[in-house]
Amino acid sequence: MKTQIIDLHVNGNLRTVTVRSADTLLYAIRGKLGLTGAKPGCLNGDCGACTVNVDGWPMKSCLMLAIEAVGKNVTTIEGLKNTPIQQAFIENFAFQCGYCTPGFIMNCHSLILKHPDADDATIKEWLESNICRCTGYTEIEKAVKSVLEKN
Amino acid sequence: MDVIGKSIIRKEAQDKVTGRARYTHDHHSNTMLSGKVVISPYGHAKIVKIDTIEARKMPGVRAILAGEHFPLTGEDIRDRPPLAVDKVRYHGEAIALVIADTPGQAKKAADRIKIQYELLPVVHSPIQAFQKDAPLVHERLGEYIKEKHTSPVPGTNIATHIKIRKGNMEKGWTESVTTVEADFSFPPSDHVAMETRCSIAEILPDGTIKIMTSSQAPFMVKQLIEKYFNEDIGKIIVETPLVGGAFGGKASVQLEILAYLGSKAVGGLPVKILNTREEDILMSPCHIGLDAKIKFGADHLGIIKVAEIRYLWDGGAYSDKAIDLTRAGAVDCTGPYNIENLWCDSYCMYTNHPYASPFRGFSHSELSFAIERTMDLLAQKLQIDPLELRYRNAIKQGHTTPTRVLLNQSNVGNLQKCIVRLKELIRWDEGQIKEINNRLVRVKGISCSWKTSTIDPNAPSGVILTFNRDGSINIMSGVVEIGTGTKTVLAQILAERLKMNVDNIHVRMEVDTQTTPEHWKTVASRGIYMAGRALLEAAEDVINQLREIASIVLRAPKEDLELADSRVFLRDNPLMGLHYKDICYGYQYPNGNSIGGQIIGKGNFIMRHLTHLDPETGAGKPGPEWTVAAYGVEVEFDRRDYTYRLVKAATVVDIGNVLNKKAALGQVMGAMSMGLAFAGRETFYFDEYGRVLNPQLRTYRPLHYGENPEYLVDFVHTPDLEAPYGARGVGEHGLLGMPGALGNALSVAAGVSLHHLPLIPELIWKTKEAKS
Repeated sequence: MKTQIIDLHVNGNLRTVTVRSADTLLYAIRGKLGLTGAKPGCLNGDCGACTVNVDGWPMKSCLMLAIEAVGKNVTTIEGLKNTPIQQAFIENFAFQCGYCTPGFIMNCHSLILKHPDADDATIKEWLESNICRCTGYTEIEKAVKSVLEKN
Repeated sequence: MDVIGKSIIRKEAQDKVTGRARYTHDHHSNTMLSGKVVISPYGHAKIVKIDTIEARKMPGVRAILAGEHFPLTGEDIRDRPPLAVDKVRYHGEAIALVIADTPGQAKKAADRIKIQYELLPVVHSPIQAFQKDAPLVHERLGEYIKEKHTSPVPGTNIATHIKIRKGNMEKGWTESVTTVEADFSFPPSDHVAMETRCSIAEILPDGTIKIMTSSQAPFMVKQLIEKYFNEDIGKIIVETPLVGGAFGGKASVQLEILAYLGSKAVGGLPVKILNTREEDILMSPCHIGLDAKIKFGADHLGIIKVAEIRYLWDGGAYSDKAIDLTRAGAVDCTGPYNIENLWCDSYCMYTNHPYASPFRGFSHSELSFAIERTMDLLAQKLQIDPLELRYRNAIKQGHTTPTRVLLNQSNVGNLQKCIVRLKELIRWDEGQIKEINNRLVRVKGISCSWKTSTIDPNAPSGVILTFNRDGSINIMSGVVEIGTGTKTVLAQILAERLKMNVDNIHVRMEVDTQTTPEHWKTVASRGIYMAGRALLEAAEDVINQLREIASIVLRAPKEDLELADSRVFLRDNPLMGLHYKDICYGYQYPNGNSIGGQIIGKGNFIMRHLTHLDPETGAGKPGPEWTVAAYGVEVEFDRRDYTYRLVKAATVVDIGNVLNKKAALGQVMGAMSMGLAFAGRETFYFDEYGRVLNPQLRTYRPLHYGENPEYLVDFVHTPDLEAPYGARGVGEHGLLGMPGALGNALSVAAGVSLHHLPLIPELIWKTKEAKS
């Protein structure tokens, strides 16, 4: 089993980790860095529970190898501090069990940064890549729109 | 009321939006080994040979379990080997377990295990299982250990048979001028909790068994490990942190057993097993399927005089919780309608499908599809408005349930009120059908439901309250936080009762069976009812103790003391009083003398007057109360290609009393979303070998953002006099009527009677083609 030592920029810190070439970014940030906010849900890119932000874009960390993240800026849910979208999720009851929440928030956060004036179609295009099994999605819609409206 | 009804933010909210909330799989240590399960690729096959030689040579492998006869498991009938021996009975059944240092090594070794099979004929459906010449799933059914009230029929695929016999069938048919009869069916499907199941087990040198698991039933894990493996129950400690969605699927005990066996095989070292999504869908228990036959007789006004019902539940390969599901389906078999002459046979059938666990609604959304479609067929036949037909037959106080429980003003909600409110909410008077253009048509369908919770008559719940030195209170309850917010609502109930600020009440989210008082299982929308009652009793205990010590210090009789805002004070002079912080750990006089001591409140609750069912007639009291609801779904249907869009979905549920507004709305809307997905798209597709062809979230698609309809939710308030603040359970009810309402809308839209789920365009097209 080939391992290598790589440097990852995660949440503004430079972290050195030993990984196999086959290790996903999700596996590395959870298992090696203890950042367990990103969740495994399908390991197949279908559910979005593992979404993080890579160089400003939402990325399903189960679909990216850890070694591919070298030289890139990775932000996980642990890297967000008091952002409006986190508060909006709380106020709008946009989660129940909370398992999909880090992924949804990371996706919403990137959406708000990239498309501060996103319309319904854009919001749908972005958010349909994540699955929430608890809510009926209206609370998430309200949360993301409440932040977009403030912009 | 100050706190009850308010949308109090859930106590664990900050953790959940910052990634700090921890679920089972988030607990990891360097010493933890990984378990990987090898699963059956076939639905029914003899295991000829298991070759683990090469696998054992792989790096990192610590142990491989396969081919060994472990004690049989199963809640009502012990029919399930933890790892299959001799034969496999469903696609996904666990056959071998590899324990290795890392998940990657375990997987690599598992891939090297070679298993030789000999295919056996597959039982594809409950109705096939019911035929006399059907292949047997369990040849030795008569030899299994079983619970007293379960009645398997050896030599068949019948795991149990629940009979409901009520009234006089002959009289019922004589009084009927019209009859409708129809069959309905759908295959099993899945819960798709976003957190796949995960269990960690460790056995300490003194024999203490520590299990951490994503479960709705940590106390049941403890009991079953004791029962199955003859372990000392006092040495079994089960911990459950936050659970990432459950929906009934985590009420079954399965992965815990494998983790326990795994740890045992490696000298007690900690072993973690995390399901992949595919394993979670295939190996772990699923959402039950059903074959139903319904026959109603009614008079010219549409009053249902008689019903003959047969439910063949698809219990799958092992009976486990399906026995209870079969019972629950019998208990409320008629839907929320008063039918005095009734005959129902509810069978739990073995098939070669993944076995069933509870699914949100516990048999009720399933039977409701069959009943509600039949109601529409009856309405159509009699040319009566379907909403009016339901109103006329609605169950209410003074009626008896199928198991002959007399309904009163408290133990059943007001269905007629729900129907009236639904009528306004969905603008029923505007008409059921609205033409948009020559292709599109908007159509509404409606349905109703009721549900009681068929649970163990001796199911307990307990609560302990302790104080912090600032006078704030800690709640310890065995309710698992699976996403329903129940523990936050418990804090609200306590705040209301003690008239104190809810921020000064802390809730322990994690459950630890050694230190948390037992709450039977976090299921059946019974968290608030049971734990709430236990909590109120604990609150009384605390109030009594606070008054007792305060009465000494204040030199006033207990009866003259009031409590509010974390103070005990004189009723007629509130300024004279004591803050909790001054008495909750005893009161100290200026000279140092102290009296009283740490105040610890305790309360418990057990269901009152529940009974087992009579084996011949079904008579008995299965649950405490019936929550009722009415539903509507509006679709935009394309008559050219049979596709449709969900426009609106409505639920009016008699909730008794709303405890947390936004949380209650969230529960109802979330359940509706899940019900619409079950009705409209979610199913297992099987091939001829009984293999599930779509065990991935790409091919098994829950609703995604933007596919949801507009939700219309409203409440009716008929308090349950036995429940905390009158509240009825509401975690499941939004789901129950969705399949029926969607089926009714699409049947009208397409002009054919639809009898199967999921209601995909292809099904509608096929039904239409078959008719023409």
